[in-house]
Amino acid sequence: MSRRPRASGYFRTHYAQDLALIETRAEWTALTALLIALAGLPFVASPFLLDLAAQVLLAGIGALALMLLTGYAGQVSLGHAGLLAAGAFTVGIAVKEFQAPIWVTLPSAALVGAGLGVLFGLPSLRLRGLYLAVSTLALHFLVVYLGAEYETRRGFSTGIVVDPPTIAGKAISDGRAWYFILLAAVAATLLLCLNLLRSKTDRAWVAIRTNETVAAALGIGVAAHKLLAFVISSAVTAVAGALFAYYRGFVSVEAFSLFLTIQYVAMIIIGGMGSLLGALLGAIFVTLFPYLIEAAVRMLPGAQGYAGMLFAVNYAAFGAVMMLFLVFEPLGLVGIWRRVQTYFLLWPFKHRGVGGRR
Amino acid sequence: MQLAVNIVVLAAIYALIACGYVLIYRVSRVLNLAHGELMMLGAYLLLATASQFTGHWLTAIGAAVGLSLLVGVLVYLFLMRKMAGEMVLAAVLTTVALGIFLRGLIVLVWSAQQQYPAHRLGIANFAIALPGGARVSFFAALLVMAAAATYAGILLFLRFGRWGVRMRAAGQNPLLAAQRGVNLHAVYALAWGLSTLTGSLAGMLIALDSGLDQTMAIVGLKAFPAALVGGLDSLLGALVGSLIVAAAEVLLIHYVDPLLSEVVPFLILIAMLIVRPWGLFGTREELDRV
Repeated sequence: MSRRPRASGYFRTHYAQDLALIETRAEWTALTALLIALAGLPFVASPFLLDLAAQVLLAGIGALALMLLTGYAGQVSLGHAGLLAAGAFTVGIAVKEFQAPIWVTLPSAALVGAGLGVLFGLPSLRLRGLYLAVSTLALHFLVVYLGAEYETRRGFSTGIVVDPPTIAGKAISDGRAWYFILLAAVAATLLLCLNLLRSKTDRAWVAIRTNETVAAALGIGVAAHKLLAFVISSAVTAVAGALFAYYRGFVSVEAFSLFLTIQYVAMIIIGGMGSLLGALLGAIFVTLFPYLIEAAVRMLPGAQGYAGMLFAVNYAAFGAVMMLFLVFEPLGLVGIWRRVQTYFLLWPFKHRGVGGRR
Repeated sequence: MQLAVNIVVLAAIYALIACGYVLIYRVSRVLNLAHGELMMLGAYLLLATASQFTGHWLTAIGAAVGLSLLVGVLVYLFLMRKMAGEMVLAAVLTTVALGIFLRGLIVLVWSAQQQYPAHRLGIANFAIALPGGARVSFFAALLVMAAAATYAGILLFLRFGRWGVRMRAAGQNPLLAAQRGVNLHAVYALAWGLSTLTGSLAGMLIALDSGLDQTMAIVGLKAFPAALVGGLDSLLGALVGSLIVAAAEVLLIHYVDPLLSEVVPFLILIAMLIVRPWGLFGTREELDRV
């Protein structure tokens, strides 16, 4: 969260104003406009666009969770797909074996996620950086293996079919209803993150990310806060996986490959490390990217010849874009956005004043 | 007896691939997660040279090996050099991105079908009977010999070669090495080239033995636990680690469950990370200083 004051001066007269997430009238206007646009979207969009929007929202939840862990607490995880799989399989198993309703499966997915978060986080107490990434990667393979084992043992070798959930006696299978459920889920996740990120927890995380030894010397419980980061992130991720299972109506290990993990990591890199806005921008970019590529390829002459090669084009373009961002724009889309903002704020000048208030 | 032969062959595959991880990590502290894809690219390069030099299979393999060295150097010069001085994690993610890019590119150029370079080169694979009733295919035997030769060559090179000493120096302390006149960029480029070369050699021999398709990159990733078990900065460790991982994998598949083949290396990896994160022969990372 940006800590620079957003109003043109300091106008706070109550303590409540210190806690407000939204300060100025312009921000209220912008938020209202955004909410109206988001609420109106399903009534004008085609089913295809609505599905895209739902995918973006699902990715957004996962990206926010990963951003908490990697972007703020500084713990690298390559096990994100494994956690999503854990959430999805919790739903699949709970629905198949116990016919559990959604208000049981979602909390149990969160619990499973939290438990796995402890497991994924335990190596972080000893390992750092590269080694931690590798250990989470290994745990990813373990979770996916367990899922595959369940599938084959119970005879769902192609995948588990999950019936649409019923809320208040009505089955939710309509795309529009799903859009609003997912929108609410993203909003809840965002609020959770925003509030976490202005608490003591966030300051402890940032201290640990910057320098663990110093953080410990300052009296911060390094181990507890690292585990907390893993637990919160994993629980949210597992819920995202559970929603994914319900939304698709189908759970299969094939969906949770290493590539999915890389896509989520790409979201927070392309979006911009250490920014919630970045996580959302990255989720939008990475989710829509394959469709953009597909549209671009169809524009080319002789499109029919490429139709079978589309996934390869996607892979190559995705890798190339990720490399370009890492090499040329490490701050990601948020970096570009901030630069544009600064340009207009300072116009007609080019640079901020030296030594003045930033 | 057949089991022992299988273990040795699998260990040789893992060892030949793992030495690429070790070379790059030892010299530049970057973990190259695109190694599997680079190795696959090497195998496909053999496919390309095979159609150029039909009949001269030694020339074809030689040309492909040379090309893969070039690929490694180019990857460093045009991509990884830009990541020098960045966070280690950013560099690792760049290699991940490179891997995805290469996977797409390879399918675009060579299609996703299974290919048989041995067929194209016009050399037939045959089984060699070993004492004790075991059998091993010609290319698998070649692979074991190639792994042995590679390890001997690289160990000697690092010990006595002028550039080998420079590589060790750059790995130990880059700043000091640079101040003593070691050209770090050249050393890193050489490490990338050599690593790609050995990986590609493994890729080519596997492809000659059992055909070539997209799954080869996964073999490359499975060799990574072998490197880590032995210690990411120790060549000897990679050799021992490969033996351990290969033995565990072959025995568990044989006696317990074939489905385990995908996870066994990673289970060993987790066990190792819990007990001794720096590996059997690796050097322990330095303490934090403030």
